Formats: sequence, C-alpha cells, structure tokens
Amino acid sequence: MKRLMIGNEAIARGAYEAGATVAAAYPGTPSTEIITNFAKFPGVYAEWSPNEKVAMEVGAGASIGGARTLVTMKHVGVNVAADPLYTFAYTGVNGGLVIVSGDDPGMHSSQNEQDNRGYGRFAKLPVLEPADSQEAKDFTRLAFDVSERFDTPVMLRVTTRLSHSQTLVEEGEVKPGEVKPYKKDAAKYVMLPGYARGRHVVVEKRMLELKEYSESTPLNYIEMNDPQLGIITSGVAYQYVKEALPNASILKLGFTNPLPQNMIKDFAAKVKRLVIIEELEPVIEEQVRSWGIAVEGKELFTLLGEYSVEMIAEKLGGAAPIPSYGLEKDVPPRPPLMCPGCPHRGVFYTINKMKLVAMGDIGCYTLGALSPLDGMDACICMGASIGTALGMEKARGEEFAEKMVAVIGDSTFVHSGITPLIDVVYNQGTSTVLILDNDTTAMTGHQDHPATGLTIRREPTAKLDIEGLVKAVGIKNVRVVDPLDMKAFQSVLKEELKRREPSVIIAKRPCALIDKQPADKQYYIDQDLCKGCKLCLKIGCTGIYFVEDEKMAYINPNVCVNCGYCAQVCNLDAIKVI
Amino acid sequence: MSDNTTSILIVGVGGQGTLLTARILAQVAVQLGNDVKVSEVHGMAQRGGSVVSQVRYGKKIYSPIIPLGGADIILAFEKLEAARWLDYLKKDGMVIINDDRVDPLPVMSGKVKYPETIAEKVKQKVDNTIVVNATDVAVACGNVKAANVVLLGVLTAAANLPADEVETAIRAMVPAKALDVNIKAFHEGSKLYSPVSA
Repeated sequence: MKRLMIGNEAIARGAYEAGATVAAAYPGTPSTEIITNFAKFPGVYAEWSPNEKVAMEVGAGASIGGARTLVTMKHVGVNVAADPLYTFAYTGVNGGLVIVSGDDPGMHSSQNEQDNRGYGRFAKLPVLEPADSQEAKDFTRLAFDVSERFDTPVMLRVTTRLSHSQTLVEEGEVKPGEVKPYKKDAAKYVMLPGYARGRHVVVEKRMLELKEYSESTPLNYIEMNDPQLGIITSGVAYQYVKEALPNASILKLGFTNPLPQNMIKDFAAKVKRLVIIEELEPVIEEQVRSWGIAVEGKELFTLLGEYSVEMIAEKLGGAAPIPSYGLEKDVPPRPPLMCPGCPHRGVFYTINKMKLVAMGDIGCYTLGALSPLDGMDACICMGASIGTALGMEKARGEEFAEKMVAVIGDSTFVHSGITPLIDVVYNQGTSTVLILDNDTTAMTGHQDHPATGLTIRREPTAKLDIEGLVKAVGIKNVRVVDPLDMKAFQSVLKEELKRREPSVIIAKRPCALIDKQPADKQYYIDQDLCKGCKLCLKIGCTGIYFVEDEKMAYINPNVCVNCGYCAQVCNLDAIKVI
Repeated sequence: MSDNTTSILIVGVGGQGTLLTARILAQVAVQLGNDVKVSEVHGMAQRGGSVVSQVRYGKKIYSPIIPLGGADIILAFEKLEAARWLDYLKKDGMVIINDDRVDPLPVMSGKVKYPETIAEKVKQKVDNTIVVNATDVAVACGNVKAANVVLLGVLTAAANLPADEVETAIRAMVPAKALDVNIKAFHEGSKLYSPVSA
C-alpha cells in the first residue's frame, strides 16, 4: 500500500530500511524533518547536534565505529560541516555514511541559494539527486550500499520542493541494523600528512571507479522520444520537464557526480538539439561543454531561483506566456512577521527606539529587520552577530560600540556564538551581546538544543547553563531580563551599553507559540482614551488594527495572546485589561 | 498539463490551517485511487506570511507545483490572498473566497490601505467566484479554528468529491478532542456551496 510522504520523511524511511542506526543533525529548513522522522523508528540513535560540524563529526565517528549513519543539514550547514567532510572523504567509511544537503533554490527560508552539488565536485563525493519521495527513499537506501562499496561518504542533494512535497511511496523491507566490526587502521583514519598522501591516491582511484558506476547505475537512464529535442536534467526539474515537454527525449540523471560521460555523449549523438535544464549553477553544463559537446543551458535558463513548468514550456515548448488577471497592483505584500506575544518584539522595539546599531543573526528574530521594527543592521550567517559587532567596534571605536548591540538566539549562540564571544573577551572588545533565550529553536519548528535540557525525543538530559557558560569565558557583566518588561529591559540595556567592558544580556522569555498565556484576561483599547496616535502600531503586532475613519486602534481578541506589551508602549494608558 | 489532472491551490496566511486542509484533501485523493502530489510551505514564510499549499491529483502527476494558469480551483482562506494568487487560475477555473480579512504588515503600519473591495474585483475577473463566511460558521460550530474544515466542506461540494470519503479522512487526521466540532464544521461548510449560475 502506497502512502503519501514528504521527501524528508521518505529519506528517513530509506535510511531506516538500509539499516542505519545512528543519525545526527542540526535543524535547518528544508532539511529539519528528516531526522525528526528518523528519531521515531525503534532501535536507532538520533541526536540534535549543537551545529553541523559536530553532527558531521559524530557521523564520521559512528561510521568509523561500523554503524550505517545519516547526517542531515540545510545547504549552508554544509559550509559549517565542510572541514570534517572534506577530510572524511579521504579516510572513507566503515559503516556507510550518507550526508543530506537540503538546498533552497528560491531562498524560501535561507540567506543564500548556493548550489551544493559544487561540494560533490570539490570534496570528490558521489552525489545523488532524487526527483520525488519514492526516489528519495530508494536513493537513500542505495546510497548506503554505494558508500560501503566505494568506501566513501555519499551526498544526497535535495531541494525544498523535494523535501516539502508529498508524493506516494511504496515502503520496502527493513534491513536489520548491524554494526560492522571495528579494526584499528591508522593509515586510513589518522590524516597525518604521510597517511593523507596515501589516501589522496585512493580518492582519485575511487573517482574513476565511481565514474564507471555512473555509466551503469539505473539511477541514470534515457527516455527516448522525439529526437528533435533532447533534455538532460536532474532532481525536481525532471518533473517540470516531463510536464512541460511531454514529447522530448530525456536523459534523467539521478547520480550526478561523477557524471556518466559516455552515456551523455551517446545521448547527445542521438538528438538534434541538446538542452540542459538544471536549477542554479551550470554544474552539469560546464562539464558537458568541457567534453566538446554542443549544448544549450544557462543562455536559456536563469541562474536565479526556482524553475517551473511554465518557464520551460515558454522557452522550449512554444507555449505563449500566461495572461495575467492584472490584480497584482491591488495587493499589498504580506511579509512574514513575528507572532503575537513574541518576546523578540520587545527587543527590537527597544533597539529601534534607542536608535541602536544591531548586528544580527539567524532565527525568527531576523524578522526584527522588517518595518515597523527596523531593528537590524546586518545578518550574514549562523553565529555572525558577535564577531561582526566586534569587527565593527574595531573599525569605528568604543564610542560607536556604546550605541551597538549583537543580537543572537539561544540555539544560534550554542551553534556558533561561543567562540566569537571568547574573541570579544580576549581582544578586549566592549560589545553588548543580547542572547534572546526563548528556550527553543523556533524558526525551524521548535527543536530542542543543549540549553533546553531535552533530547530530540524530548527526554530529560543535562541542561547547558548559558549564564554560567558566559561567565566562564570571562564576561563579568551578565544580566537576565524579560524582554517584554519594557522598562526593566531598557534600563538594563542602557547600563550595559555605557559600560566600556563586554556584557551579555540574556533576554529570557519562552517562545509565545509554546508558552501560551492563560485566557483568563483580555487586553482591550479604551476608546475614550485612544487618541489615534498609532504609537501601538509601531510594535508591529497583528493583534492590533487601526480603523482610519474612526482614528481609533482596536485589539483583535482572536489574535491577541495578552502579553501586554502594547499596554506598556501606550503613552495614554488607553490599553487596559479585563 | 494533462486534462485528467485536478489542481487545487489553497492559499492563506501562515497559521490559518491551510496545510491541514491540503493534507486531508490529498488523503481523500489517495483513497480514491489517484496519483497525488502536494507541495507545502515550511520555515520562515509560515510566520504570518502569505502561504500556499498545492494539491494535484489524477492518473499520473509530474510537477508538485501548479503552473501559472493551471489551477482548477483556488481556495482562499483570506480575500487578499485570493487576488495575490489569481494568476495561477485556469481560464475557466473557480475561486472560493473566505470573506475574512487579515491585515498584512504594510496595512497595519498604515503605509497602505487594505483594498476593501478586493473580493468584488476578483468576482469581476472570474465569473465562477464564490464568497463564503467560513469564520462565522466555524464560530457557530464551536471553534473559530475550524474555519479550515468549513472551507474543506465548501471545496468538497465544489470539486464534487464524495463527502463520506472526506469524512473518513477527517476522522483519520484530526485530533480526537477536536473531532466533533470539525465534523460539524465540515457538514455546515458543504451546505454553503451553491454553483454560480451561468
């Protein structure tokens, strides 16, 4: 019986069927649900690691120890994990290891749209690209065999539309998870220069063997149709091609590194016009061109964002552009925004009010950059807030730092905020660092982390004490305050900004989505007192709306969660509680 | 696009429950023996932003994404969102609009006005437009959050799906404590549909 699964659930199922017994990950859209699904299987170990580098290292250790191991992360997480990954490609595996890279063309929930197939070429890893959930499951299962047969970690590269689309999956039999024997082998696993030189030879030989495998694997196949137009494609783009160009001949690539050069040459010889359709970078195209094959690709299709059926139909199928109903000019944009009751609102309203420079980080609180809060100056990557704040201070001086904060969430701080904080202490910065501790990884759907005191299965474990940690690295001024207590938060912030020493303010309040306030009270706006000044609108809360004709603000009780922050903002005390 | 494919675009605001509606609809399509694909939105866009779920079913489905001009039905949980996604509608497609208003940030902060007459504008462009008030019906059924299942009821009638199959899927997918309200909301929703006369 077939069942609907998102691609991520199918990957978890594939790993379980392959007998994987260890999995490690850091949450990141679109990859998060792979490991949350894997953790539900009996008899397996799964963990949220503090960051992707640690996840990759736990994975490498488990593999050397003989277990089939799954490591998952979003595309930018692979940057964090790249150091162990590149050298683990030299040592190779004992138990098979599959690393899943969740790429995000179109940047639905990411800061860039890098194409991680590039990692496959750079680190010399086999790369598999499924096109629906069934393939996601089957390819994952096969990837473990490829990993052990060729003694290499394997990258499964997926995209948002694969990870978050449900398609039908036929489940297969589960191979019992067996841990292979461990035998000490320093020349294979200790990457001293002398040993690593020997392993590089192995890597290059392996790439030649993998190239042969790529020619014969059923993951790469030709669907011969009308020879006038031949398409080479991979991943979800295959689905768009099938729908847009039902008569075209297709070379579908599921195993995309190394490429099946002979198969591509044969296909090119059979078709009159050859076009490569791949989202983002011309990874396949540049290689095919380098073999002297005439091909079209990025001169037709963009380097930016996602592809679509209609884009392909228009470029190659002769389809006319779809006419518009012409209402788009009537529709104001609806950007994502902080939830009612969100503790971050208090932080960014205060940053805005005090006109501070804020070096930001990755999480729900990045939304503090948007109007009307407008409370962020920069956001680069996970953990960057503290280092960028220190750099800004070294460029512009301590006086400038008196009007500047670094803003970082609890999960992000544990991920990669600790080392830059050590740098602040070591190199005598005066930064004021705000750790927004909402007791969860909210943006990706509320995952636990070392400071929540719960494992991936929500079992109690040692709880990282952020306050104690910060003191231990040498921060003398550590304050803990509720960010929705407006006066207390502002006064603590003022004191710590003035100090020509590093400080950490832990803005502590649980995420409003998990810590729901009791419904025994309801805030409302006293219409006799409201003068229509719109100050309450400056907090950007969907619980408040303004009626222009009446020049009055109202609270929508269906939306409001009674956090009471707006009542503190109102100068006229017009916002009251029943 | 093959003719035997049905494509339904479910649009709304993050938090309105579009995802559950899409998943129930997809389950019904599976029960009826179709190939089915569903595309969902996770992550940052969910936080109060414009969200879309896409359900496609038929003999063989390729793209999980509905092309521009490819949706048979647009089910909009909020009226502004019906207009935002309208270009995805087929020439002779149907729009079901929940007469609910959720102000986006630029409206809340007073930068632009909410286009009050947006549902009428959609009606002018698309003859086959149905406007219902699912929120009021859900409140009458006992929980404002059941508006998504009221709309599923409207959609079931509009898309000619067997009500008993939909009810089976609801029973399988809605938590037990919310089931009574949701079954009631579903049936009340089915009654809201009446075809637009030609």
